[in-house]
This record gives sequence, structure tokens and C-alpha cells, in this order.
Amino acid sequence: MKMNEHWIEIGSVQDIPRQGARVVKTAAGDIAIFRTVDDEVFALQDKCPHKGGPLSQGIVSGKRVACPLHDWKISLESGIAVAPDEGCAARFPVKVSGGMVSLSLTPDEGCPNG
Amino acid sequence: MARMKLVLVGNGMAGVRTLEELLKAAPEQYDITVFGDEPHPNYNRIMLSPVLAGEQTVEQIVLNSRDWYAANGITLHTGKKVVKIDRKNRFVEADDGTKAEYDRLLLATGSKPFILPIPGADLEGVVGFRDIADVDQMIRASSQFKHAVVIGGGLLGLEAANGLKLRGMEVSVVHIAPWLLERQMDKPAAKLLQKSLEEKGLKFLLEKQTQEIVGCSLTPSPSPGGGGERRVSAVRFKDGTEVPADLVVMAVGIRPNTALAESAGLRCERGIVVNDTMQTFDPRIYAVGECVSHRGIAYGLVAPLFEQAKVCANHLAEHGVAQYQGSMTSTKLKVTGIDLFSAGNFMGGEGCEEIVFQDPGRGAYKKLALKDNKLAGACLYGDTLDGAWYFELMRDGTDVSDYRDKLLFGRHHIGDSGAGGGLGDEKTRVMSLPDSAEICGCNGVCKGDIIASIRANKLFTMDEVKSYTKASASCGSCTGLVETILAATVGGDYSTAPSRKPMCGCTEHTHDEVREAIATQGLKTMPEAMQALDWKTPDGCNKCRPALNYYLLCAWPTEYLDDAQSRYINERAHGNIQKDGSFSVVPRMFGGLCTPAELRAIADVAEKFKVPEMKVTGGQRIDLFGVKKEDLPAMWKDLSDAGFVSGHAYGKALRTVKTCVGAKWCRFGTQDSTGLGVKLEELTWGSWMPHKFKLAVSGCPRNCAEATIKDFGVVCVESGYELHVGGNGGIKVRVTDLLCRVETEEQVLEYCAAFTQLYREEAHYLERTAPWVERVGLAHIKAKVVDDEASRKALAERFAVSQKPAQVDPWKERTEGALKQEFTPIAVLA
Ligand code: SRM
Ligand SMILES: Cc1cc2nc3c(=O)[nH]c(=O)nc-3n(C[C@H](O)[C@H](O)[C@H](O)COP(=O)(O)OP(=O)(O)OC[C@H]3O[C@@H](n4cnc5c(N)ncnc54)[C@H](O)[C@@H]3O)c2cc1C
Ligand code: SF4
Ligand code: FES
Repeated sequence: MKMNEHWIEIGSVQDIPRQGARVVKTAAGDIAIFRTVDDEVFALQDKCPHKGGPLSQGIVSGKRVACPLHDWKISLESGIAVAPDEGCAARFPVKVSGGMVSLSLTPDEGCPNG
Repeated sequence: MARMKLVLVGNGMAGVRTLEELLKAAPEQYDITVFGDEPHPNYNRIMLSPVLAGEQTVEQIVLNSRDWYAANGITLHTGKKVVKIDRKNRFVEADDGTKAEYDRLLLATGSKPFILPIPGADLEGVVGFRDIADVDQMIRASSQFKHAVVIGGGLLGLEAANGLKLRGMEVSVVHIAPWLLERQMDKPAAKLLQKSLEEKGLKFLLEKQTQEIVGCSLTPSPSPGGGGERRVSAVRFKDGTEVPADLVVMAVGIRPNTALAESAGLRCERGIVVNDTMQTFDPRIYAVGECVSHRGIAYGLVAPLFEQAKVCANHLAEHGVAQYQGSMTSTKLKVTGIDLFSAGNFMGGEGCEEIVFQDPGRGAYKKLALKDNKLAGACLYGDTLDGAWYFELMRDGTDVSDYRDKLLFGRHHIGDSGAGGGLGDEKTRVMSLPDSAEICGCNGVCKGDIIASIRANKLFTMDEVKSYTKASASCGSCTGLVETILAATVGGDYSTAPSRKPMCGCTEHTHDEVREAIATQGLKTMPEAMQALDWKTPDGCNKCRPALNYYLLCAWPTEYLDDAQSRYINERAHGNIQKDGSFSVVPRMFGGLCTPAELRAIADVAEKFKVPEMKVTGGQRIDLFGVKKEDLPAMWKDLSDAGFVSGHAYGKALRTVKTCVGAKWCRFGTQDSTGLGVKLEELTWGSWMPHKFKLAVSGCPRNCAEATIKDFGVVCVESGYELHVGGNGGIKVRVTDLLCRVETEEQVLEYCAAFTQLYREEAHYLERTAPWVERVGLAHIKAKVVDDEASRKALAERFAVSQKPAQVDPWKERTEGALKQEFTPIAVLA
């Protein structure tokens, strides 16, 4: 079911492993949906600002993911790379209600890579 | 909740460092007030020497500008000396009447130069060498006067003398001992030093005792007998001789500055007495830096003080886990063009052996003191390239018996590219490189970037430089160069590693402590372990989680539930992730053998899944590149139907067993190397390891399977089998050590199992067999695996137990649906 034209329901929180991620395939490329140890959910473009590594494949700790290719750390909240590295992965709005995760396909402002 | 009030007395290196650590750990916890009696914000005292020498300016050595204090909401009182602590009503008072209340008080009052109690010590023109004011006074004097006398031939004295000389003064250094730096160097080294300092134009008066400092009046004295303004004119010695002096620098030592603490009735011995949490006898009052006495020791170098700062901050932040257990220190002399390094007990003595290298021609001298096959001390002159390495060997208590013959010649002589270029003045060599010179090839970091970052971010340790610049953060082969740049940029001996190395930023504990605790406290899950060991982060990081996962798996092979989310993607998805996000698939080919049917099966799979490229690997098997993640399970199904299991080419695990043809076909073959290789691979496949683990079996000493650069290598000979361990190719090639010779295949298998298990149980995560063998020493391994049969059998038995659950093909499990979500998108839109 769809709640309004912006939000698309993609599945339940349980479908995402804790401290892990799943991928949503879209026409505009993959989006990574992360779930932190305390069940917060975030969505980022699945493309590392460094060399495009798939962030969904990284190790999630705290509110960060470590890119699998060269170990850049990306903040899940902001999508911005942790210093000394620079760059960011576009953020997508997500919300959880009744254990179900919904995603909006229009990335948040403020990230050139978006 | 109202914030607590923290007052810092002493606006210097240790105190402010503590605040920086505290702000990192608990930014919101305190309202902070700082008193400093110098008129400046916190600066790098170490660099006063280069400032005096005209190599740096006062501006350049400021560590925390006033903006920094403002930005962190810190109230800063400079030029105000705290004269009173009221412990009952919990406030401090400065000489100008300024008061500040505290809930916690931090004393970091440093130390004072010791001024000899001799006549004339109070004359105009007699200074210590401690702060910017002293340096200003010396610089002013150097522009007006000719003769300078430095009393004290220690580090400080020599740096002062060198600076004044460069400022154009005639400098004599007076020293009471028979040679310079008697606490840092032995006589031969000190003589070399003296020689090159004399070449720089310094004069030395050794074994001289100063009796009096003679003065003369500048202004004709007003009242008869009355002092008027009197300035130093000469220094007189016990033997009656005299030298002219317009400036006298007293550098005979320092005394912890405890006056304030004592006036407040705090327990002081040499310094303010603190416990392992840097707490004084008044639980509300902490102390760090040169003013404290910890376990009877008052340190006079920055490295240990910064360790104290870290611990103190940890307790101010009420994390309450860190402990300061004392430090091992090393020293360098900051006189450009002179390389000197000393650490530990280099004077040897009781039960020590000494190795000495001397080349007066080149002005090089090295002395190493060994005790029980471990490095106890080092004294280097002229060629200090390996100082940091020797310091590490001491810190880690590394057993050096296996390469003590090469020890003197340094790290690069035991095959480590780590310490960079050859002998000679490394510092000049490195610092003369252009800023654009690439230092770290892995992360493309140039010299200029590193220096800029060290200055901008006030980096003091290698770990900091790593995390800020990424230099030496990958393969590590540039570590030596980066250490040199760090030392040259911040001065002093910052590059020395802390005396104990925590596993990662999430914990204070070392790898060994963590493994120990898991076993003895019976910790069986990751949350339990993090709980029991006071992890600082809620769920660790991508460094400690994979390590903990391995340690738990190794300790509780039959009980522990592997945590997929704590594994690097390659191990989670059982393939090698590639630059484009696809994966490579390497089926296991036991001993490199392969039947036509198997080969056909691989070919079919490759076609069916449109594999873009196939390659014979360096590990004697076939790699299928560019496979889409979604295709992996289906592809594995076909392979496992054809009888293949995973090759673990992606894991910190048993990789390959390379073999040669051996006795079956080869005219030189002495044993069935291929058959033995297959048996070894059947024994060990599937086991998780601290790092990748590779085997090889060669049929004769021609060694076509390269068994002597493997973690465990077998070389067949007529009489049986040579077992070699601790080798690898790769970044730092290391040839194996011979473990022993055995007669039967059964023995080879048992020794292999035992060695493998010992490595699994003792090595640090991501420590391959080569560095592990070098750290614990071959003797230790022989004792457990060769000499003691019971221990060998026990190890082999424990390996067998952990292999049972481990030898389940991960590929097959996944084709049967295990961890399905790993390989499928959660949703496909449009
Ligand atoms: C495929 C292969 C190259 C080839 O085409 O031949 C290979 C490929 C990789 N090697 Fe290797 N190594 C391969 C044989 C070797 C060998 C030769 C050997 O094993 O006899 C060595 C030197 C011998 C040794 O390891 O002692 C070797 C030394 C390394 C090293 C350096 C290890 C070291 O201790 O210094 C790394 C980096 C690491 O492991 O941290 C590495 C890492 C890698 C990785 C896994 C890099 C990575 O993490 O992605 C490469 C994966 C490529 C991919 O996408 O599949 N590879 N690698 C070989 C696979 C062997 C196999 O069948 O499993
Ligand atoms: C010339 C020189 C060269 C050095 N070279 C090296 C080196 O190469 N390597 C190395 O490791 N170390 C070196 N050191 C030693 C290093 O600088 C000290 O170990 C370090 O600065 C000690 O830090 P601290 O915070 O304990 O004391 P300080 O840095 O001295 O800070 C103490 C501060 O507290 C202030 N203070 C004292 N009492 C009061 C009070 N009652 N009220 C207000 N403020 C007060 C003092 O004025 C001072 O500013 C060198 C020192 C000098 C002087
Ligand atoms: S040597 Fe190994 S790690 Fe380097 S590129 Fe080749 S395969 Fe990759
Ligand atoms: S692509 Fe992410 S770190 Fe390189």
C-alpha cells in the first residue's frame, strides 16, 4: 500500500539486519537502507564519494558505515565522509511506522553527488 | 542538569592536553576555567629550542590560540598565578584576587628550573631555560653581549648552548660529570657528540664545579655598598679558574613545581603524589604532567605526560576505566644535524649483554643492551634511523634471539622496507624531499600534506597522523618515513609509541588482555565482552568487531554464534568484492589437483553466468571474476553439485595448499608432495585464522611450490619432511624458519595442526604468522609444538574440535537458503 505519492513502503525493519543494510534497486541507481544497533534506519545513495564503492556492503557501527573498498567512514545521518576524507553520499528521507520502512526517492538537498 | 565546574591550574602542555582529551570524551560535562601565570595561550614548550635557534617563531609554536579557548567555552585567565586553594570551600584564588569555584580541580603546574644556590645566582643576566620569557631574555642578551656560559651539559643545556651559538655568542658549556648527557649516553657516544658540537664552535668545560657567579655594577652603585643594578660578568669555579660571562643559563635540572599543592596540604613527595587514575590524595583534585609523582617517578618528557592526560580525562569524564601504569621513555636531542637517541637501560650491567657498533670515521655509534634475549636499552649516535624500531622492540618485549646478529644494522636489514632508506642522516634525507614527494603510496599522501596536517591539527603520535592523513594507514611500509617527518616537525620524541597499545579507539585494552579476559572470564558473546571490558562505544567499530568475532569463535568453537554483521564483506558474502562491487569466485582445488569433469563444470558455470574473465591464480586454482552478487548462490549451487567447496580466497582463513608434482612424476621427487598437499588441505580447509594462512608442499629442496615463503611449508627430503614456518611473500617477503624434521606423513599432519592452532590461539587479529613468529620467538613455538609432545597433541586435538563445525561448506549452506537477505535486494522499484 502507498501512504502518499512521496512515500514508498519497501519492507519491514526486520528485513534489514541489525548493524547491516539492504539495497533498494531504483531506475536512478541503488539506494542503501541501513539499520543501526539501536534500530535507527537511514538511507543513502549506495555509492561511496571516494570511488563509488557500494556502501551497503560495509560494516555498520554506531551511526557510521565503513566503505568496503578503501575503508572511508561515511556518516549515516549526514551522508558526509568522516575527516580527513571529503565528499558525501546523497541522503534519502526514510521513516518507520508500525515496523514498516518507507522511503522517498527525492534525495535531500545539499549533496552535490545527489 | 547544571554542569560541574572544572578548574585547571597550569596552562601548559599536559594540562591543556587533558582538556582536549576531555572535550573529546565528554564535551558537555564541565564549565571549564583555566589559570596560567604565563601571559601566553598554551604553546609547544619543546619548540623553545628551535625558537632560540631561530629556526621557528613564537607564533609557530602556539598550540591552542585564544580562539580555541573561546570556541570551547573555556574561561582563560592568563598572566594570573594561583596562590591559594581553599579545599574546604572548593575555590582557588589568583594573585590578583580572581577567584574560581570548582567541583573538580586539575593541577598541571609543571616544573621549575633548578637554580644553584650559589652566590650571584640572583644577578641580572642569570636565567633558566623554561619559558618564552627566558628565551626572550636570552635573545635580547645575544644581541648586546658576547660571552654566554651554560651551566649543565644535559639535553636542555646543549640545546640552549646551540641556540645561543647560532645567535652569534661565544658559548661555553660547564658540566660537572666527566662526559655530556651522562644520563642519556655512555662515554664513547658522548665523546662523538662533544666532537661534533665543538666543530659547531661550542666550548666545553667538563668536570668543573661552579662556585660563584661574579657580578659588576651596570650603573655606578648609588649608596655605598648598596647593590644598584648588578649584572653577571664571570663564572668562577672551585679550582679557582674563571670564565667571562655576560649571560649565564642555568640548565642543571628541573624540580616539580609543587609549591601550590603543598600550601594546600596535598601529599607531595618529589612531585604531587597521584594514583593510577591521576587522582591526588584529595579525591576532587587531579594532577598531571611534570608536577606529579606517579609510583615514585616524575616524568620530564611529553610522551608519558600525554598518556597521563588521556587517563586523567577518562576519569574526569567519569568513564572510570583507564589506568596509567607508568611509561617507558626515550630521548632525542634537538640540535639540527645531530642525531642522538637513547632509551631504556643502555648501560647494561647485571645479567645484560651488550652489542656495540662503532664507526668514529662516520661519527656513528650504536649500543644495544640485551637481557634474556630481549632488548633492554639502546643508545644511538649519528645513525638514529632505527630508534623508533628499537623502542617498539623494547615496549613489546620482543624476543630478538632469532635475528640478534642483524639487530645492530636495523630494521631494513631484516627485510622490512618499513624504515625507509639506508644509513646516514635519515632526517636530512627525508626533510630535503620536496613537499610534493609522495610518502604513502597506498593513499597517495605527500610530504607537504603530512606536515601541514601535523601543524594544523597539533598531531603528536603516529596513530594521530594515521587517522588524520591516512599516511601509513594501509600497508604500513612508509611508517619509518612518516615517523621521521613527525619527529622533525613537532620536535622531541613524539613519534615514540605509547608504552601499551590498545586494540582500537573503542577500548583501553590490548589484544592480549582481551583474549585473556574472554578465556578467563568466560565471555561468550560480543555484547558480553564489550560490557565486561568497558567498551567506550556502543557497538565497537569495524576494527574491533571483526577481531572480537574471531577471538570469540576461536575460544568457543562449538558454542559461539558467528556474527555476520561483524565480518568484512568478503567473509560475509564468501567472495572477493571487486572495484565495481561485483565478486570473484574461487572454488577450492585440493592441492591444485583438478579432474577433467571438474574443469568442465567450472567452464559450464562460467558460460552459464557470463563470467567476463577467468584466471589461473597464484594459488594454483581458478578465479572467476566479475560475478554479480545476486548470482552467487545459484552459481555456487552448480559448483557444489559438481563437488566443489569454497576456496576461501576471500578470508582471514586457510587459503591454499600449493603443491608440486613430486615423486609421482618428477625425476627428483622424494615423496608424494601432491598427495600430502591434498591431505593437508583436507585437514585445514575451512578454518578461520587471525590472518590469511597459506601452505605449500615441495617434493624436493628445489622447492617448486615455494614452501619457504608460506605460513606453513613442507619440503620433502629422502629421509622425510622438513617443516618450515612463518614465511610469506607479499608486502614484506619473509623466508620461513625451520621448525623441525619429521619422518612420516602422520607426523606432518599432527605438527601442522598443532602449529596452526597455536597461531590461532596466540596471534593478534590481522597479525600474520611472520610477525607473530618474530614477536613471540621461534623458541617459544618449538617448545609448544616440537619439544613437548603432550602440548602438541593437546593443540592438535583442540584444532580437530574447532574444525568440526568449521568444515561445513559456506557456499552450500547459502545455496540452501542461509542468510538469503544478504544476496537479494529488499525491494526493486520501477
Ligand atoms: C587472485 C590472486 C591474484 C591472482 O590472480 O593470482 C590474489 C588476489 C588478491 N590478493 Fe593476493 N592474490 C593471490 C595470490 C597471492 C599470493 C601468491 C600465493 O598465495 O602464493 C600472494 C603472496 C604470497 C603470500 O600471501 O604470502 C598474495 C599476497 C597478497 C597480499 C599481501 C599479503 C601479505 O602478507 O603481505 C594481500 C593483502 C592482504 O592480504 O592484506 C593480498 C590480497 C589480495 C586481494 C584479496 C585484495 C583484496 O583484498 O581484494 C586480491 C583479490 C582479487 C580479487 O578480486 O579476486 N594478496 N596474493 C591470487 C589468489 C590466490 C588464490 O588462489 O587464493
Ligand atoms: C627548552 C625545552 C625543551 C624541551 N624539549 C623536549 C623534548 O624534546 N621532548 C620532550 O618530550 N620534552 C621536552 N621538554 C619537556 C616538556 O616541554 C615538558 O615535559 C612539558 O612541557 C611539561 O608539561 P607540563 O604541562 O607538565 O608543564 P608546563 O608545560 O611547564 O606547563 C605548566 C604551566 O603551568 C604554569 N603554572 C605553574 N604554576 C602555576 C600557578 N600557580 N598558577 C598558574 N599557572 C601556573 C606554568 O607557568 C606553565 O605555563 C622540553 C622542555 C624545555 C623547557
Ligand atoms: S597484487 Fe594482489 S592485491 Fe595487488 S592488484 Fe594484484 S591482485 Fe590485487
Ligand atoms: S570507494 Fe569507498 S573508500 Fe574507496
